[in-house]
Amino acid sequence: MRRYVIKRLAQAVGVLWAAYTVSFLVLNWLPGDPVTAMAGAGMDSGDVDPARLAALRHEYGFDKPVLVQYADYLGRAVRGDFGDSVATGRPVTSTLADALPQTLQLTSAALLLAVLLGGGLAVLATYTARRWLRQLLLSLPPLGVSVPTFWVGLLLVETFSFRLHWFPAFGNDGLKGLVLPALTLAVPTGAQVAQVLAKSLLTALDQAYAETARAKGADRWRVHLRHALRNASLPALTVVGLLVGQLIAGSVVVETVFSRDGLGRVTAAAVTAQDIPVVQGVVAFGALIFVTTNLVIDLVYPLLDPRIVVASGRRAALA
Amino acid sequence: MNALPAFRAPRWAPLAALLTTGVLLTACGSGDDPGSGSNRPKSGGTLTFAVGSDVGCVDPQQVGSNESIYSVRQTVDSLTDQDPSTGKIVPWLARSWDINADATEFTFHLRSGVTFSDGSQLTAQVVKDNFDAVPKLGALGVLAQGYLSGVKSTTAVDPLTVKVTFKEPNAQFLQATSTHSLGIESSPSVKKTPQQKCSDGVIGSGPFVLRQYVQNQSITLAKRTGYDWGSSLWSKKGEAYLDKLVFKVIPEAGVRAGSLQSGQVDAISSVGKANEAALGGGQVTLLRRANPGVAFGLGVNNSRPLLKDVKVRQAILAAIDRKQIADTVFPTGTQPATSVLAHTTPDYTDLSSDLAFDAAKAKSLLEAAGWKAGSDGIRAKDGKRLSLTISWFPNAATNQPALELVQQQLKAVGIDVVLKQRQVSQFATTLQGGDFDLVWSNVTRSDPDILRTSFSSRLANFYRLPATSLDTALSGQAATTDTAKREQLVDEVQKLIVQNAYNVPVVELQTQLAVSKKVHSLDFDSGSRIQLHDTWIG
Repeated sequence: MRRYVIKRLAQAVGVLWAAYTVSFLVLNWLPGDPVTAMAGAGMDSGDVDPARLAALRHEYGFDKPVLVQYADYLGRAVRGDFGDSVATGRPVTSTLADALPQTLQLTSAALLLAVLLGGGLAVLATYTARRWLRQLLLSLPPLGVSVPTFWVGLLLVETFSFRLHWFPAFGNDGLKGLVLPALTLAVPTGAQVAQVLAKSLLTALDQAYAETARAKGADRWRVHLRHALRNASLPALTVVGLLVGQLIAGSVVVETVFSRDGLGRVTAAAVTAQDIPVVQGVVAFGALIFVTTNLVIDLVYPLLDPRIVVASGRRAALA
Repeated sequence: MNALPAFRAPRWAPLAALLTTGVLLTACGSGDDPGSGSNRPKSGGTLTFAVGSDVGCVDPQQVGSNESIYSVRQTVDSLTDQDPSTGKIVPWLARSWDINADATEFTFHLRSGVTFSDGSQLTAQVVKDNFDAVPKLGALGVLAQGYLSGVKSTTAVDPLTVKVTFKEPNAQFLQATSTHSLGIESSPSVKKTPQQKCSDGVIGSGPFVLRQYVQNQSITLAKRTGYDWGSSLWSKKGEAYLDKLVFKVIPEAGVRAGSLQSGQVDAISSVGKANEAALGGGQVTLLRRANPGVAFGLGVNNSRPLLKDVKVRQAILAAIDRKQIADTVFPTGTQPATSVLAHTTPDYTDLSSDLAFDAAKAKSLLEAAGWKAGSDGIRAKDGKRLSLTISWFPNAATNQPALELVQQQLKAVGIDVVLKQRQVSQFATTLQGGDFDLVWSNVTRSDPDILRTSFSSRLANFYRLPATSLDTALSGQAATTDTAKREQLVDEVQKLIVQNAYNVPVVELQTQLAVSKKVHSLDFDSGSRIQLHDTWIG
């Protein structure tokens, strides 16, 4: 088990480093210059003193060779220092730290809704004996995956805010403001959970152990929830790991539609302003969340299915 | 703005948005709307105004984006103000001023009894502290620095008299003192770092005081009680009517429009053509005003072989149907360009006859220059096709559709156009490097000196103009304080630019706001931004 954990940890660190390096290279390779961008993108650039630009470039270290910049950035990033935002002058870490709770709130609410709604849908669809109802329920997830999040968000705002006045259309205020954005974000995510879970539930119900359970006299719900769901949840759990990444990416759109503060908004603004330190910070940070989630899931697997860790026993996995 | 905000790049709109003059193009909520409650202005209440973006800075001297200027402008006063209908500079914090004959020395006589919201007094020394600090603002303070470029010294002559001296004649400086960029802040504020000023805000003497700033969410301002030194243009004396101003950041245009329609906000900015229909319905007024400055159009690289020929440039000028572009792509009320300057700029000259659409004239100019139509309709000369590129930047949602129309219109007279999209941040480098034939751009500023910055061959000269008598006229207008003489020189400049087709003006950029009918006297200032001192809700 220890080897399994170490291997997973090493992989996680590798992914983080790669994400950081690739984003650094891409950002440096892209045309454009953050200092000129911050100096106003130039409508009045006749007024920008080149010496001033050079001084700023020096101040932010953009005049050093790329490899030196990379080493500098990486060295500081390892210590949790991502420098200052070129646009606002605030430290990147505090910019992200301020935005993080908002996004965590949104994404965890969305994830919870996605698992509840998606899981519920899958269980209902596979449980019902009525063919037409099953067909109907199973046709919902593909729809949920394919409609644009942006459009779903606008539709929900239009209906529940502008017409019914139940929820605010914008802002980060309280639970009421969280409902519509979390629901919007939960639609594609929940649909994917439903798709995967329904498929593996159907497979599981065809397995011998389900037959055995039925033969032993277990009722349909018991077979469905105790036996099939438990086995079917492993693939769904893997999907949830991937979905966390998607949720973070989806927050860019949802936070924009619902005017919420958060990592998504910070990202969108930083990209527009070519605010390289912030974009780097966001990438590293997003990768960290993604990697951590998947690490946790990897470490939970052996608990659900001990066969995954061949080397040692269950106690090690718990330690 | 829809998915593509009309002006989303925070520090770009800015660019597009320096100061200005002008005229309200539509009825604005000016306190006399029939059937909407009382017609008597009343004090109190909160105005909730939704803007599309937040640049992450609440220092008036540093922000350039309209969306931020709307709010932070209310926290500072300026030495002067500019009448939006006449372009005339009028008193505000300065009671009066003297300018020497060659426009190098500006002496301001300050009002007495003005205090900042921390209780400290406005003195000549405070103004000096401000003007001394502006050049050190760094990258974000480019606009303010530009107004003060070439400053030799600022001296406090006596407690209420301050003198600013420039190395060269600088007639535009008087108008610059009316801008938010040179809004006066208290001395302790001025001493903070630009970053601190951005995130914590500044202490000003304005009619409203910053209460709370939550980045990407909201800016909350409260009325300054005891305020008594408003601009001479304002109708209400003393304090503002409104108790509180809340600026909400709502990036999505459809949500902004819906929030206004459903009463969740009282006014919204950046209303595009797509939102106009949704805002019909009676409870909303659309406010429009053209931005002063250089109209949106094609900046010409006058050094390119094809474009060195004045006939080719003039053919482009004549081949463009400006009205069609304004009507098809831009919000209702947008006017075709009638000069290189928008009509809201002081000293603007109407040159609409020179800018009339005339495809036949364009074709005959090209024929005369030796460009013959080929089998595909595109002209050629000596085996070379008449093909040009237009570089453009995705800073406004209207750019691409406007340029696609330009492309069709030019094709109709035999000019092939390739549209080349570049990143917003490449604007300066593109101009500096000169790697363009034509470039789609505008500049907002409410002083005609913007023509010198843009078209003098003695300055940056991004458009590679040859040295001509245009330079003389441009320097002349910067060096005279004689308004009649300046007007005559600016008139000459506009004619030289348009008749030689050094630039191809197309449409005037228009600022469009939507406000609830219960909001009164929400008025544009000379820069097509807003003043909220006289605004009331009823």
